[in-house]
Amino acid sequence: MNTSQAILDGDRLALARLLTQVENNSPAGRAALIELFPYTGQAHLIGVTGAPGTGKSSLVNQLAQHYRKVDDKRVAIVAVDPSSPFTGGAVLGDRVRMRDLSGDSGVFIRSMASRGSLGGLAQATANMAQVFDAAGFDIIIVETVGAGQSEVDIARLAHTTLVVEAPGLGDDIQAIKAGILEIADILVINKADRPGVESAEKALKSMLELAHPTERVFKHHGAYMSVSVPKEHANPNLWIPPIQRTVSTEGKGIVELAGAIARHVEHLRQSGDWAARERTRLEAELEALIRDSLMNRFREDVPQKQYEEVLEQVIQRRVSPWEAVKVLLNGRLK
Amino acid sequence: MTEKKIRVLVAKPGLDGHDRGAKVVARALRDAGMEVIYTGLRQTPEMIAEAALQEDVDVVGLSILSGAHMALTPRIMELLRANGQTHVKVFLGGIIPDEDMLRLKEMGVAGVFGPGASTEDIIRDVQTAMAG
Ligand SMILES: Nc1nc2c(ncn2[C@@H]2O[C@H](COP(=O)(O)OP(=O)(O)OP(=O)(O)O)[C@@H](O)[C@H]2O)c(=O)[nH]1
Ligand SMILES: [Mg+2]
Repeated sequence: MNTSQAILDGDRLALARLLTQVENNSPAGRAALIELFPYTGQAHLIGVTGAPGTGKSSLVNQLAQHYRKVDDKRVAIVAVDPSSPFTGGAVLGDRVRMRDLSGDSGVFIRSMASRGSLGGLAQATANMAQVFDAAGFDIIIVETVGAGQSEVDIARLAHTTLVVEAPGLGDDIQAIKAGILEIADILVINKADRPGVESAEKALKSMLELAHPTERVFKHHGAYMSVSVPKEHANPNLWIPPIQRTVSTEGKGIVELAGAIARHVEHLRQSGDWAARERTRLEAELEALIRDSLMNRFREDVPQKQYEEVLEQVIQRRVSPWEAVKVLLNGRLK
Repeated sequence: MTEKKIRVLVAKPGLDGHDRGAKVVARALRDAGMEVIYTGLRQTPEMIAEAALQEDVDVVGLSILSGAHMALTPRIMELLRANGQTHVKVFLGGIIPDEDMLRLKEMGVAGVFGPGASTEDIIRDVQTAMAG
């Protein structure tokens, strides 16, 4: 049977197999992506990232249950864990925390190893999300272990990015160290049953105020006064990441978190950011594909031997890289 | 195109309460370059078959120490087949009497490992099964 039709018909085995093809970037996977593309663009993509062990999988488990029970939405989960740089293997353990979701045909969980290349991971994740999107999943949640360029790339893919913190991971807030605060649409302090929640929240708040100066602080007669910008004057296009507390092991704070996510979607739609994000994402994808195919064409066009000769001259400092490009392209790809 | 990785589901069906052995095997398979999906304790046959399907694995490795292997293993194989995953190779680790071992192999279990099996044995047998 035709793979794409099977996906559209809700065949789970076909879906699982296509995800493998797409992850491996095989010709069959690409062919199906082309056929499925017209059926994409419907799902809400939620990225969940944060330092190891902050409770991301437990949180995803709760959020997915919420969307199933309260909103009757179909939920797909892509859970990414790192590959070993030495052996290329991986232990993918996120499902351990998601056992509540088993037995529900409205949920599909797929574990994924980060494998070698950074750009490759983001592209593979984007393509897998497209397959889920075409298969009719309303919400696609992508869990990644925080800190690094791949999270930033994957956040670019998501409509809403949650950065998960937990108190008691040391004095510093992990997101600040990792520089992933910038990508947060919503900050989650999970494990709010643990001591240190207050100070974690305070630290996050002060970081946010630096990044989003909605409050002006005046020095008046030697004393600091904080003046809030009146609500009606606030820029409606400005989204200030809210801080949500959760206890994922008990399901506390999940309704409130889902509320914040819904408000973010509303904001994206009203401000036009939803369309802008889609546009940016598709443009980036197009550019990456153009880059890849130009590179492939170049490799087909220029004999490996000639390439190596020119490279050798560059290494010998006889020809500069710029001149080398001129020699190699020599009228090609004008 | 990336080379196809061997994907393995390591699962612990039944009620026995520790998974040290399963974790050691999971890490050994990772170190042999495989992608191992680990699902944790107390999995029902239905949960295992569902995870195997969603993850599109090539291999399912079961660790059963409770003695319930003759009930659990055929059930899991039946569910895998019902889902259309006829190509999936099933391996079993545990304390398995010889006569059970024979019957399990007749049912189509690709390999059975007793407590004396080394991780090297397991890796080799999985790789051989995948190559063949
Ligand atoms: N006390 C407490 N523990 C929690 C909470 N949420 C998760 N945990 C525990 O924290 C540990 C890690 O949880 P996971 O959900 O696996 O965390 P993760 O961020 O997905 O971990 P990695 O994927 O390995 O980075 C588990 O033992 C959970 O039971 C919470 O709200 N409170
Ligand atoms: Mg996790």
